[in-house]
Amino acid sequence: MKPQLRSLLGIEQLTNAQIEAILALAKRMDPTRPTQLLRGKRVALLFYESSTRTRTSFEFAAKTLGATTTLVTPVSSSIEKGESLIDTGWTVASLGADAIVMRHANSGSVYLLARYVEVPIVNAGDGMHQHPSQALLDAYTIINHNKKLKRLRVVIVGDVYHSRVARSNAELLSRFGAEVVFSGPPDFVPEISATIAPGVTACPDLNIALQGADVVMALRVQQERLAGKDISLEDYVADYQITPQRMKLAKPDAILMHPGPVIRGIELTSEVADGPQSCIHEQVRNGVKTRMAILAMLLGAAR
Amino acid sequence: MKDMDSLLIVRGHVVDPASGVDQEMDVLLRDGRVAAVAEPGKLRGQGKRSFNAKGCIVAPGFIDLHVHLREPGQPHKETIATGTAAAAAGGFTSVCAMPNTVPVNDSAEITRWMRAPERGALVNVFPIAAATVGSLGEKLTKFASLKRAGAVAVSDDGKPILDDRLMRDALRSAARLKIPVVQHAEDTRMTVGCSMNLGPTSFRLGLHGMPNAAEASIVERDIALARATRGHVHVAHLSTREALEAVRRAKKARLRVTAEVTPHHFTLVDTNVGDFNTNYKMNPPLRSVADRDALIEGILDGTIDAIASDHAPHAFHEKQVEFERAAFGITGLETALPIAITVLHHHFDLPLWRIVELMSSNPAKIFGLKGRGSLGKGSHADVTIFDPKKKWTFDASQSRSKSKNTPFDGWSFSGKVVATIVGGKAAYEE
Repeated sequence: MKPQLRSLLGIEQLTNAQIEAILALAKRMDPTRPTQLLRGKRVALLFYESSTRTRTSFEFAAKTLGATTTLVTPVSSSIEKGESLIDTGWTVASLGADAIVMRHANSGSVYLLARYVEVPIVNAGDGMHQHPSQALLDAYTIINHNKKLKRLRVVIVGDVYHSRVARSNAELLSRFGAEVVFSGPPDFVPEISATIAPGVTACPDLNIALQGADVVMALRVQQERLAGKDISLEDYVADYQITPQRMKLAKPDAILMHPGPVIRGIELTSEVADGPQSCIHEQVRNGVKTRMAILAMLLGAAR
Repeated sequence: MKDMDSLLIVRGHVVDPASGVDQEMDVLLRDGRVAAVAEPGKLRGQGKRSFNAKGCIVAPGFIDLHVHLREPGQPHKETIATGTAAAAAGGFTSVCAMPNTVPVNDSAEITRWMRAPERGALVNVFPIAAATVGSLGEKLTKFASLKRAGAVAVSDDGKPILDDRLMRDALRSAARLKIPVVQHAEDTRMTVGCSMNLGPTSFRLGLHGMPNAAEASIVERDIALARATRGHVHVAHLSTREALEAVRRAKKARLRVTAEVTPHHFTLVDTNVGDFNTNYKMNPPLRSVADRDALIEGILDGTIDAIASDHAPHAFHEKQVEFERAAFGITGLETALPIAITVLHHHFDLPLWRIVELMSSNPAKIFGLKGRGSLGKGSHADVTIFDPKKKWTFDASQSRSKSKNTPFDGWSFSGKVVATIVGGKAAYEE
């Protein structure tokens, strides 16, 4: 099987075979041992939005494989002067980029870029839409805990509405037969959210949602997004914070995940974040492996 | 004696709902007016020139109640000359131009400027003036002076009148002048940051969605005010089943409420946005299948009065950007009739005379365009001749509009305009 993958735009575009191939390749990647697999390749990191973990993760991934990277950000570049996304993309590609990893505030911006620019595009997060490399590394992490995705109960807690991580994860996990439950206040988990993929449900009561959960995935809650909503920060913490007590509602071997950045004291307590069930650090480590696999595959170096 | 300026249209099938004609007839146009409509052959020898309309429908000229001609102020998108050339190619002999120009058409001066011969219009241009100064929703414009200058309606299209008292006053003033207030029904407080319809597709794409309620609530409010003022509210580009139901009830109550729909709203749905294709981004947005089906129902049962294009040209650089940053709107003058015939006539069996009603006689009535929308003797010599069976493929790059932002590029249609005659002269001929 030889999956043809030009760009990584969203989970939707991937076949199950392609997803499995990326995960299998990630398993073979070792971030502690630099190789020359992508020697001579240039990876542009086009980041319209700030990011620490994803950017660094892609950068380390590219460099570990022997590629060089260049960071392009709106500040002190032509983007600030009003250059269009397509023109910036063309410029970066013409300068010699072999792939563009892009983070952008607008949903769908990666599709626009991929429509006009010839080089492979990797979506490192587009607005509220998709964050496919995060979903892939999360799947890798789950599977690495000897969990089968089929019939797995994954509870995603928090601001699902604004979350590209939630969308990508729900699409990927449901493809492989997992049961995904969104839990959060109505503004964050509107009823319509359950329509994103088969096998996805919305359950406003976290204590019910957590019953029998195999995976608990907390999402970041941006305080400014609570402004003007029906729920106060205190209420959010009371109803949706992941605490040691709440973790007990899940299966004993359940794992806790968080895409970061973690805001301790809001989405979860430090006891949970640093507790035995937490996989947060592992997710970050797996991120480099998964992104190595993605870059290797897109740049045609995967065997 | 032959006239200096006359045209005899022979062998066509005349469809003129206003005069109750639906049969093969010859039409004589003379000195800018309809001189006679008679049985085939009866007018033989009259007319300096003749036009053979065999196999075609000969209809009173089509009137588009809702276009954006972008002049004054945005000639990079469209000019009155290019927009009306597209109108002529689409079979429209008259277009009603929305006031969201730069500056906003809120004065008699701009209204007159738009109608001046120097603009090079190929079809009749009837400005719709702004209802409030600068369309800022604060102070009403001078309706009477605007009407004298040639405005046929008032509207703050795109910047709906949300203030209840202002809308009431607008309806009251307009009623005295017997002109309609055209409302783009959108409670913009509910649609901040939205770029498409609210539904499963908007959630999946991570785009903020406009709820149906944002349209329906304004339509409901306007109907209540029409009842209170006896004014005429015309609902622009109606797109939701809830708003349609409100209009249906208002008509039962015999209120002066009329409504138009666009070809794209009765043809496409929100899932067509696909992978963030900005040629499917317009306001109101493409709605759900249930809404689209309700609009078809509303056309078939007569709740909908008119088909209007909401022709909204934009340059490439305004559309080839991130979906959320792209301009709202699509061009539509050249595809409106072909879509109406293909979808409504061929697919839903709507008789052609009903299409003529929706695109000519009803629009003329709604905006009070005297002597138009009919081929009755003495009417303006505005005629649309089309072949309802002719198959063709639309190529946006060949469009007469300055802009090419249409989702219908490459679509195949049954039904094509053969000639558009304005004031007795051909503005377009195939």
